[in-house]
Amino acid sequence: MWKMSLLKGDQEKHMASNKTYWKNIAQLDPSDEAVKKLEQNEFVSKLPEDFLSDEKTLEDSSTSRRDFLKYVGFSTAAATIAACEGPVIKSVPYVVQPEQIRPGVANYYATSIADGFDFGSILIKTREGRPIKVESNPDAPILGSANARVHASVLSLYDTLRLQGPLANGEDVSWDDFYLRSQAMLKALAATGKEIILLTPTLPSPTTQKIIADFTTAFPNVRSVVYDTISSDAALNAFEMHYGKRALADYDFSKAKAIVSIGADFLGDWQGGGYDEGYAASRIPHSDHGHAEMSQHFQFESNMSLSGANADHRVPCTPADQKNILAYIHDRLIGGSEGSLSDELKPVADKAISALKDSGSKGVLVSGIEDTTAQVAVLAINAHLNSEAFQPDQPKLIRQGSKQEVVKAFDAIQAGTVGGLISVGVNPVFSSMNGKALGEAIEKLEFSLSFTSKMDETAAVSQFVAATPHYLESWGDYEFKSGHFALAQPTIRPLFDTQQFQDVLLRLAGKNSKYYDEIKVFWNETILGASSWSKTLHDGYFSLESSLEVSSPDFSELNLEELRGASASGMTLVLYTKTGMGDGQQANNPWLQEFPDPITRVSWDNYLTISMSDAKALGLKNTNTADGALNGSYASVTVGSQSLKVPIIIQPGQAPGTVGLSFGYGKRMGLKDEMQTGVNAYALYQNFESVQEATVALVSGEHEFACVQLHNTLMGRGDIVKETTLEVFNSKDKAHWNPMPQVSKNHIEFDVTSPEVDMWTEFDRSIGHHFNLSIDLNSCTGCGACVIACSAENNVPVVGKREVRKSRDMHWLRIDRYYSSSTTFEGDNETKDAISGIGDSLNTFGEMEKAAANPQVAFQPVMCQHCNHAPCETVCPVAATSHGRQGQNQMAYNRCVGTRYCANNCPYKVRRFNWFLYSKNDEFDYHMNNDLGRMVLNPDVVVRSRGVMEKCSMCIQMTQKTILDAKLKGEEIKDGMFQTACSNACTSGAMVFGDLNDKESKVAALHQDDRMYHLLEHVGTKPNVMYQVKVRNTDEV
Amino acid sequence: MDIRINLFERIKIKEYLRFLFPALVILISFFSSFNALAQEDEAIQAGKKLFNANCAACHKLNKRAVGPALKGVSAKYDKEWLYSWIKNSTAMVKSGDAQAVAIYEEYNGSVMTSFPQLSNEDIDNILVYTDYTPPAPVASAAAPAAGTAGQNSGLSNNIILFALVLVFVILVVMLFLVQKTLMKIAAASGVDISPEPKPKRTPIWLAFVQNQFLVMVSVILLLLSSAYFVYGYFMQVGVDQGYMPVQPIHYSHKIHAGANQIECKYCHSSARVSKHSGIPSLNVCMNCHRNIAEYNGEEDLENGYTKDFYTKEIKKLYAAVGWDETNQQYTGETQPVKWVRIHNLPDFVYFNHAQHVEVGEIACQKCHGPVEEMEIMYQYSPLTMGWCINCHRETNVKIENNEYYAKIHEELSKKYGVEKLTVAQMGGLECGKCHY
Repeated sequence: MWKMSLLKGDQEKHMASNKTYWKNIAQLDPSDEAVKKLEQNEFVSKLPEDFLSDEKTLEDSSTSRRDFLKYVGFSTAAATIAACEGPVIKSVPYVVQPEQIRPGVANYYATSIADGFDFGSILIKTREGRPIKVESNPDAPILGSANARVHASVLSLYDTLRLQGPLANGEDVSWDDFYLRSQAMLKALAATGKEIILLTPTLPSPTTQKIIADFTTAFPNVRSVVYDTISSDAALNAFEMHYGKRALADYDFSKAKAIVSIGADFLGDWQGGGYDEGYAASRIPHSDHGHAEMSQHFQFESNMSLSGANADHRVPCTPADQKNILAYIHDRLIGGSEGSLSDELKPVADKAISALKDSGSKGVLVSGIEDTTAQVAVLAINAHLNSEAFQPDQPKLIRQGSKQEVVKAFDAIQAGTVGGLISVGVNPVFSSMNGKALGEAIEKLEFSLSFTSKMDETAAVSQFVAATPHYLESWGDYEFKSGHFALAQPTIRPLFDTQQFQDVLLRLAGKNSKYYDEIKVFWNETILGASSWSKTLHDGYFSLESSLEVSSPDFSELNLEELRGASASGMTLVLYTKTGMGDGQQANNPWLQEFPDPITRVSWDNYLTISMSDAKALGLKNTNTADGALNGSYASVTVGSQSLKVPIIIQPGQAPGTVGLSFGYGKRMGLKDEMQTGVNAYALYQNFESVQEATVALVSGEHEFACVQLHNTLMGRGDIVKETTLEVFNSKDKAHWNPMPQVSKNHIEFDVTSPEVDMWTEFDRSIGHHFNLSIDLNSCTGCGACVIACSAENNVPVVGKREVRKSRDMHWLRIDRYYSSSTTFEGDNETKDAISGIGDSLNTFGEMEKAAANPQVAFQPVMCQHCNHAPCETVCPVAATSHGRQGQNQMAYNRCVGTRYCANNCPYKVRRFNWFLYSKNDEFDYHMNNDLGRMVLNPDVVVRSRGVMEKCSMCIQMTQKTILDAKLKGEEIKDGMFQTACSNACTSGAMVFGDLNDKESKVAALHQDDRMYHLLEHVGTKPNVMYQVKVRNTDEV
Repeated sequence: MDIRINLFERIKIKEYLRFLFPALVILISFFSSFNALAQEDEAIQAGKKLFNANCAACHKLNKRAVGPALKGVSAKYDKEWLYSWIKNSTAMVKSGDAQAVAIYEEYNGSVMTSFPQLSNEDIDNILVYTDYTPPAPVASAAAPAAGTAGQNSGLSNNIILFALVLVFVILVVMLFLVQKTLMKIAAASGVDISPEPKPKRTPIWLAFVQNQFLVMVSVILLLLSSAYFVYGYFMQVGVDQGYMPVQPIHYSHKIHAGANQIECKYCHSSARVSKHSGIPSLNVCMNCHRNIAEYNGEEDLENGYTKDFYTKEIKKLYAAVGWDETNQQYTGETQPVKWVRIHNLPDFVYFNHAQHVEVGEIACQKCHGPVEEMEIMYQYSPLTMGWCINCHRETNVKIENNEYYAKIHEELSKKYGVEKLTVAQMGGLECGKCHY
């Protein structure tokens, strides 16, 4: 009767930008067979390879189809009859039930994490006394937002490889025995006066510092050395030099209008991280007087980092270039001189300078250059700008290590001039360049004691190993930032025979008290004043009104000659930390191993990121196999005498002349076989500097990656990510930058959402709750906290590298990363820049390289879109997936027979199939395969079995819980009470969840926002997940 | 004739009178003594009442509890001393009375509540009750009598049965004899009684096989009926209605919820707030059983549920919770009880007790059946999905005084044009509401 046709030309005309989006460099090569094949075929292979796909085997088999059916029939009948007898289930109630535990009701505790790398105030959800989930502490004034690693840390509590008791010379001993022997050794050494080094990570804990001080009084030969595995030494030195305290200046990016970052991945782990929230707040275009404003972000960096991916202007440049740029900006801003800079970097640097000048006190500059002079320059620039975002009066105390001290200590150990080493929660044998030699030296020491929760490399060479509890089993007190305190409390009784390092020190020093008593006394006496201890413990944080007295320092002596003249000849290696693995403490955590890196989308590995031009020059290749899996060549990276064989990933946006390698991988001790992935980048961490001169060369062999980036292609649909520039956003109509696709019926054009062209009868959803989730592409930084939170909340299984490679990853929520070819910078400069280090290969690369040299990046979290007109629901033969009135697309697992029709029909590719049984299956030896690991499972969500389709449920267990709580209290539900795991974990405010029928709700307002669009609107699925158009603060698209 | 009888009677009456006088005297004295007995009985009753109301929480008659056993306590202490002790023991301990201090120390310094409201008479009554030993033999005499009566009735039944069998046998024998006689008579009178030869017919099974229609119909019937039974069999797989496992401790809901009328949610308290109703922890049992060490209620002799039986079950609780009865304290040695779970929902079903019990105000009995009559707990309902759904279709949502429902209920009932909404109309049939 009527015809529907998509007006394609029209759509393209109206598109916000005519950019090409691509996910992988291979897509840019028109001759790449694998990509072509993937674009043609929805399914990467006909059938899973290991099942019936081999026709020859099929023909050779003596089992006919009839026989097969007979076997199936018999085994089904046999299994059915065998299943008739139900098991006898025992229930064991408490003998004396603790008052606060009610079976089936979750308790929340405020505590803190401080593992030397990640610091923060968090909430722990416990069920029947066992912690099952980490959540951000929204009330905490600082560091209240948990990142992906912190979210995953609850699983590390249930690590089967944790030490279960103290050891002496490799043998299990009792704690009494341990004390007796280690104390005797300590006393003997104290008598001889030989020095003992107490090597701790940054412990910003006032009570612990007191305990250590008491300990060193009892044993005067003990010297405390703070060792940050990944050093922030330069910034600490600079701050200490000019502000008198060994700390880090804090920045509040929410107050910034112009952000210039020179090699600082502040959305990653730069200076302890935790800046997402403030940054994202400044990134949402706020239109107060009709004219929308947002911050402008310039990023000069070598590796493609999260910050670079979010930047408006990103310049890939070598670390030497970064020094030049910093000096140039300093000269132009403060020095009053013209300064000098190479032609290719100058235009953007000038733009950054004018942005800083225009913003006045709303500008801020940060840098990750590991050079004290450079860091002083940063302080000088911010002081000069009088930046509101710059907070030197309340510095962060979460990095305190001194490189000089550590080097001195390690040298002394290797020279054998010290008597002993006490290492606390650090693993120098693994995480220092000369780990092996250091290990041998430690083994020769008279006394060595390692406080650790794992049998790691350092513990293995220590005489005494004191098993420490997980942070969720521990007490703790911290001062994360001057005047901002936090408390940690145990959320579970210690699972094993472990003792906290502070308790052990107290007892070794001959005191009777416990760390807990010490904290309480210390806090009541010196910190709390009139405030209540119980309330502070309940809140988890405590802030003093006062801030540090800061005199304006004098930067006139600053000499930047060294920075101005910096240059690099060969290849520069830039070591970095990955969002998932950080410094590698949680390498045995399967959630983090399987977490795809936000940038490369590779899981289960680290790799050398290299620019396209350098890769071509060196003959390094990435190839895609026909099933979408990624392979990469191996390269050898040599720094000084150390050499590593590393697989490579060609990283769009990697500065030519630089290569990147992440820390945290390559650990071999205290890890399950499956988790022993990657290479140890610490081996190249010479002198604790992350920038190294290196040589890179091709070596034979091909590495198989588990990369999810090529899974599911766009199939030619371009309007998945919509973006525009701030200028267009402000000057043009919505129809220009966020057009609604149209269809024609009887030669009249209608919006696709119009009921006129709808094939379906619409349900009335105006009554009751109608859940919607809004995702703002502007404030999503790609941090991935939502991915881990979703896995924890919904018992999402870990499938392992082999399965991920086959695109069988089970994540209900994925964060798609799209590159788009940028035309922001003048092409000529760009290409010149691209070849600067390498030579004459320009002609060979042509267009491909241009696109890959410096792409723009967009992150897009995609989960089930909960379509009101869901294509999956109509094709299910058994009605296992159906629609609820509240807008959720529901999945009844027990009804599913696994035809996978729904997954085939889903335009968003968000459905996940259980190819195997992932729990209690030795083939998948992750946390669901042991009793301890299964304790992390959420009892409100079923663990899916083999052969069942699963997908995001929009956390129906959480919305139902909210509704039930309201019913029990007899209250109306207020906006903000409805949450999903992802929206709850999203502290950048990118994900907002709520009830659309509540007209006062945030999500209802976002639904009416001009920036709102639905994914693949033209398909007419009417999703309940909406996206907000990404607005870049650039002049050109 | 009348007079004669009168005379005769008069003589008899005289004799009677002579006989009657002493009897009367005995009778009067008996009555008076009975009167005294009745008075004492009254005191015992009053004392019992007072004892149960005031003392029983801490004292038992024959056994040490929180306080000492009270049987024969009046013999141990002077009456006046008891009066003042009961009225205000603390003052006595303070005053340094030797006996008072001794008892205070013996019971680890636990203070006895003062009862200034009790009069001396009340205390007398209590003491009478505590001294009273009920006449034991009455009960024991009654029991065997009942037993023999039972035996007697059993015997008579057997006799009647035996007699009936005998009569039947005689009848059979007689019939044979009659037939025999008739045959003889027939033979004698020359009547031919040999049966007529039957005509040859096709056997019935062959006729059946030859009739194809019948075969067809019966095969179809057979298939249908077997399908019916197979279906019936499979539909009950996993349905454990009536599941009544033996529990490690014989806990009688009949006694607790029935006879003693303890509220379900007193023990299953988490049903109020949680998805689980919860099996009460043993400390909840001890709230009452700290004082109830033995069973004194009704017995069910037929099933062997004697007082002794129940008391032994209480001892099992003491062993599990680690309660030392003689010293009235916890030993700290516990053995958690492994109850056999009766109501097992599959993992993929989410059921929330709080939703039904608190929000829906549904009585526990609606799903769990007459628990207060269950000596042994069993699964009353099938717990199948159909059973859940039916209830959701039929039950109206309880909206009274619940602000949550105010708006949604008004709008929905307008939409459906009904006064009251069922759970189903509120969306209670959606898959995702119970399966996630």
